[in-house]
Amino acid sequence: MKYLGRRLVHAILLLLAISLFSFVLLQLAPGDFFGSMRVNPRISQQTIDGLRATYGIDKPFPIRYAHWLASVANGQLGVSLAYNGPVAPLLRVRARNTLLLTGISTFFAWLLAIPIGLFSATRRGKAMDRASGAATSTLLAIPDLLLFLALLLLAVRTGWFPAGGMISPGLEDVGFWSRARDIARHVVLPALGLTIVTLPVLVRHVRSAVIQVLESPFIRAARGHGISGSRLLFRYVLRAASNPLISLLGFSIGTMLSASLLVEVVLSWPGLGPLLVEAILSRDVYVVVGAVMLSSVFLLAGNFVADLLLFASDPRIRVEQAE
Amino acid sequence: MKRNYKLRAALALLAAFHVFILLAGFFAPYGFATQDRDMAFAPPTRMHFVDAQDKFHARPFVYVFKNNISDSSYAEDLSYVYPLRLFVPGAPYKIAGMFSARVHLFGVDAPARISLLGTDGYGRDQFSRFLYGGQLSLFAGIIAAVLSVGIGIVVGSLAGFYGGWIDNGLMRGSDLFFALPWLYLLFAVRAALPLHVPEWEVFLLLVSVIGLIGWARPARLIRGVVLSARERNFVRAARGFGASDAYLLRRHVLPQTYGVALTQLALLIPQYILAEVTLSFLGLGIGEPVPSWGSLLATLQHYDVLSSYWWMFLPAVLLVPLFFAYHAAADALQERYESISL
Repeated sequence: MKYLGRRLVHAILLLLAISLFSFVLLQLAPGDFFGSMRVNPRISQQTIDGLRATYGIDKPFPIRYAHWLASVANGQLGVSLAYNGPVAPLLRVRARNTLLLTGISTFFAWLLAIPIGLFSATRRGKAMDRASGAATSTLLAIPDLLLFLALLLLAVRTGWFPAGGMISPGLEDVGFWSRARDIARHVVLPALGLTIVTLPVLVRHVRSAVIQVLESPFIRAARGHGISGSRLLFRYVLRAASNPLISLLGFSIGTMLSASLLVEVVLSWPGLGPLLVEAILSRDVYVVVGAVMLSSVFLLAGNFVADLLLFASDPRIRVEQAE
Repeated sequence: MKRNYKLRAALALLAAFHVFILLAGFFAPYGFATQDRDMAFAPPTRMHFVDAQDKFHARPFVYVFKNNISDSSYAEDLSYVYPLRLFVPGAPYKIAGMFSARVHLFGVDAPARISLLGTDGYGRDQFSRFLYGGQLSLFAGIIAAVLSVGIGIVVGSLAGFYGGWIDNGLMRGSDLFFALPWLYLLFAVRAALPLHVPEWEVFLLLVSVIGLIGWARPARLIRGVVLSARERNFVRAARGFGASDAYLLRRHVLPQTYGVALTQLALLIPQYILAEVTLSFLGLGIGEPVPSWGSLLATLQHYDVLSSYWWMFLPAVLLVPLFFAYHAAADALQERYESISL
């Protein structure tokens, strides 16, 4: 438990460092949200200065940072200048949508990657293994953007799936089940894109982890004792291979979030990605900081969950920490 | 031997790609800004060998596209053939920014036009723009990757070689870069920079932003190699003979990291090309009229372009073999250096 506590403290310190880092970065940025008003002759300099004072962006850097930290403690995460309100409620909806999308994609990517990886590892060098190797290399070489645009084209041309968005207009207030069905129809394409993008890396790692275990002496011993087939594979091999795979689970969340940003923008899924891009373009500083921080929270939380799982599944780590 | 063959094939493809892009002016039939407003969104020009009279031509030829204004479709005018010519004089260009030239590898006589990948909304040749765009995108990717790996080598070898508080400090610093999803990190840094900047500054800006945030992974990997390298017996022996730190690093430790560094380079270049493509696609990178692979794809954000003009996808499709070759090279390098170190 001490180990996990230390990881938690480490994660919180990291988040603080990231918030400071992103604040310093945005401090360097030329211009601010009200900069574009300056070219408008009907808005006087006094009005702009007044607005800047209202939102506190004319204050020196340490004070702004302290204010922001206080508002994080309040659960407000600062003020969005474009939406004229606290950032937290904005982010909450967007984060929920991003989590829904990435959660579904993570689930399906692993659901596919484990059997494919196991299958090619047990048939190493055979035709099926080579075919899956060629397929993963090809998928890996396809730019994410091309894939997402092709999915959008598919939606536009065939009409099988809605071309972007999350809910059909007019369906916001209907019952829970028809809403869920509508969202499910919308999530298919972005989730498919994300799954395809992350799949090849996962398959490669599952394959190499399983091969490594298959070559280890204890498996040869187990074979010698007459254990074989699916019993060997699922009881012994997969269990021993789970350690690197769990670490990979934590690690793959970063890739998943990055890919999600792009797919959300291209297929207009109302997640964190479009919000971030919009906020960068309009210089809405606190929304940028909030979205970046939130992505980091997800990543660190994913790593933490992976640590917990490792702790639960791998006795070696428990023993190592007890010593 | 089979592995070697794979690496060679990948390297040959890469070399061809890079030569094409380096000499874009020669291989491109038109300049990247040459417009032809009557030829907006013309599909790729078709090469023919057999004309309308069933006569066979040894030299491939093209027809003039006629723009049908009423439904903005294009039809070939079969009345006259325009043979494909090699080494034709055309618009002047510069090779590597130094030597002026006018000769293009191929072209056709006016009024015919040859556009292998079709044209965009201004009637500009997409093939020429792809080649010129590569000069920005591909070389931005390469320079940024060299920058990342260079910083990675410096940081990783310092951390691994000296250990102690240097190691701790540098690795805590790299934690910061691992705690953010890569694209979010890239966007956060991009957000700190001016939105609209002159084209050459954009190039430098993209290269430095992309290069500076990616050093953490190579640094960690190289640190690992250095950690094991400095404990090798021959390194200890050299130290025992009184070799200085600088000598040890240069002569014994760093050469062992080159395999990892090269592999990382081959992996990072496609990733960084995609970073530029993503930024420019979203309007945060290189914009019109300068072509880059990202700004070529940015037109696909328009619904009508996406759904009606399939050839606008071709620049992205051409990236697939390029990335495939880079990944194959990375795999082959990794196998090669792993088998050496064992």
